[in-house]
Amino acid sequence: MHRVKIIKEFLKVKEITIKISGLHTEISTDSGTIKAVDDVGFHIEKGKVLGLIGESGSGKTMTAMSILRLVPPPGRITRGNIIFEGRDLLNLTKKEMESIRGNRIGMIFQEPMTALNPVIRIGEQIGETIAFHNNLSRSDIKQRVFELLRQVGFEDPEKRYIQYPHQLSGGQRQRVLIAIAISCNPSLLIADEPTTALDVATESQILYLLRQLISGQGMSMLFITHNLNIMRRFGDYVCIMYAGRILEEGSVEDFFSEPLHPYSRGLLDSIFAFKGDETRLKAIPGFVPKLSDLPEGCKFHPRCMYVMPICKKNEPEAKKIGEDRWVRCYLYQN
Amino acid sequence: MGPLLSVSELKKRYEVKRSLFSRDREIIRAVDSVSFDLKHGSTMGIVGESGSGKSTLARCILFLEKPDSGRVFFKDEDLMDVKKNELRSLRRDMQIIFQDPYSSLNPRKKVYETLSEPLLFHRIVGRDSVRERVIEILMDVGLNEDFIEKYPHEMSGGQRQRVAIGRALTTNPSLIVADEPVSSLDVSIQAQIVNLFLDIKEKTGISMLFVSHDLNIVRFISDDIMVMYKGMVVETGSKQEVFYNPLHPYTQMLIDSIKGDFFKKEVDYNTDISQGCPYFPRCSIRNDRCKKDTPVLIGDKDHKVLCFRYAN
Repeated sequence: MHRVKIIKEFLKVKEITIKISGLHTEISTDSGTIKAVDDVGFHIEKGKVLGLIGESGSGKTMTAMSILRLVPPPGRITRGNIIFEGRDLLNLTKKEMESIRGNRIGMIFQEPMTALNPVIRIGEQIGETIAFHNNLSRSDIKQRVFELLRQVGFEDPEKRYIQYPHQLSGGQRQRVLIAIAISCNPSLLIADEPTTALDVATESQILYLLRQLISGQGMSMLFITHNLNIMRRFGDYVCIMYAGRILEEGSVEDFFSEPLHPYSRGLLDSIFAFKGDETRLKAIPGFVPKLSDLPEGCKFHPRCMYVMPICKKNEPEAKKIGEDRWVRCYLYQN
Repeated sequence: MGPLLSVSELKKRYEVKRSLFSRDREIIRAVDSVSFDLKHGSTMGIVGESGSGKSTLARCILFLEKPDSGRVFFKDEDLMDVKKNELRSLRRDMQIIFQDPYSSLNPRKKVYETLSEPLLFHRIVGRDSVRERVIEILMDVGLNEDFIEKYPHEMSGGQRQRVAIGRALTTNPSLIVADEPVSSLDVSIQAQIVNLFLDIKEKTGISMLFVSHDLNIVRFISDDIMVMYKGMVVETGSKQEVFYNPLHPYTQMLIDSIKGDFFKKEVDYNTDISQGCPYFPRCSIRNDRCKKDTPVLIGDKDHKVLCFRYAN
């Protein structure tokens, strides 16, 4: 209890929207327990974007699901704190959590095709969330929906209100989902690969829109992606995830000017190395490990070019290198 | 010697109903009068967003999809004219690699069966030396003998894609068509597979059509680049020209987006047009002429563009 109090004090000073510490999420299977999220911690300040970057199976989506308390069984959160607006989300009842989800925390998912109900009109789908969390009259809700549609860039909200999802393009559907996510003025927006299914130009527009919303309304955002290129321009902080752990954390400027972890460096090399006339890409050897079959010691060591004997035996702790700068690697332990 | 592959005025249209119950049909021009040559030993990268017709073009070239009109010359033979059994023997010489190695490999076949089947079917090696050849192919794609007895589900995405590439190489083709071969893979694995393609190209001198939406990867692997938009080629030329001197506003936008200009707002987007330049609704430098007339590709053999701005 004392600890929670201290954290609360901390939140007031820095205006931190959400602070996660020591989060563990496990999935029990027949062949043993899989640690999908292993000792994950970070915080997001008001009006900032934190990019959670990782490859498939790195646990980035599981982290988001844990924050929302939507981890599908047989997965469950075993330990940790998620302090959001002064409360630990892990201590809330189901009902209390429902009043936060979609209300104080908005969500945007990857597939704009499947996240909308195909047989319900756009306007009604947006209105549904507002009606669930607020006690408003029908006409007030309708006005709010028009306002939201305009906010996400539709110039003709009356026409859009009565349309069905199939009448919209992928980018427009994503705008509708954003409208739903921000409909109750959340203080945190969680976006899981929100632009992966979209084309380059549409992606730019959606990111532009999200940026405007964040700075205009002082929202914080957890942006989950595998795309470092996007984060370089869009994020304020990045966390690099691998095999359920955060390997490196830092501000966008620090991280991209000087990535520390060999995995981060490898990732950046494999996409940014196209400068001169190299004949080959600098690839990271090996393959992304399965969570059910992780190596001993540092989870990255079989692919690491700086591997030392200790890396094979023990797993390094996250070490603080500077302001908001952490790395989990024996190269930086002294 | 002429080019390995020569495509001229290739067209493919699909008719779709406007809605489930409606009678009027909309014609989608998936590939609209595409022409290009592919030289022996060179790689052409085809870039475009989803729906630009780049995959349909790839499939039409291999006759996996029958084009409506146009000509495809492969080794000076007109594929429109060849008979079915002749096409089969030509197929041996042109192979395709698909995007998703999870669905393009038969889940019930071991790697050995996947790779030995084409070798035996096309009588490339005798029964007694099949195993040896399969192992050689596995080594060529960065795997080893241990993989022979594996089923697809026992391998990672990158390893599966290596097997798919190996299968394409079994028949010693002169042309490989790779349709988004790395997009379903993890970032750290993509670079490995791109390097593998470069190794194969260097070793065998094979020609490739590399279809991708990722300009960065295309830039790394190709000699020539072709940019498609709504079924049409809007710009084509050598890698240096297209990448360092992009002329079409669409290509410029694509390159800006990978370089860093991110938050440019675009002009209205969703208007469908039946005539005029295909890029008109999104173009930032459009004028009245672009609305009425359809531009044609102009330029020399190193660099061509589909835009009135460069016409006299």
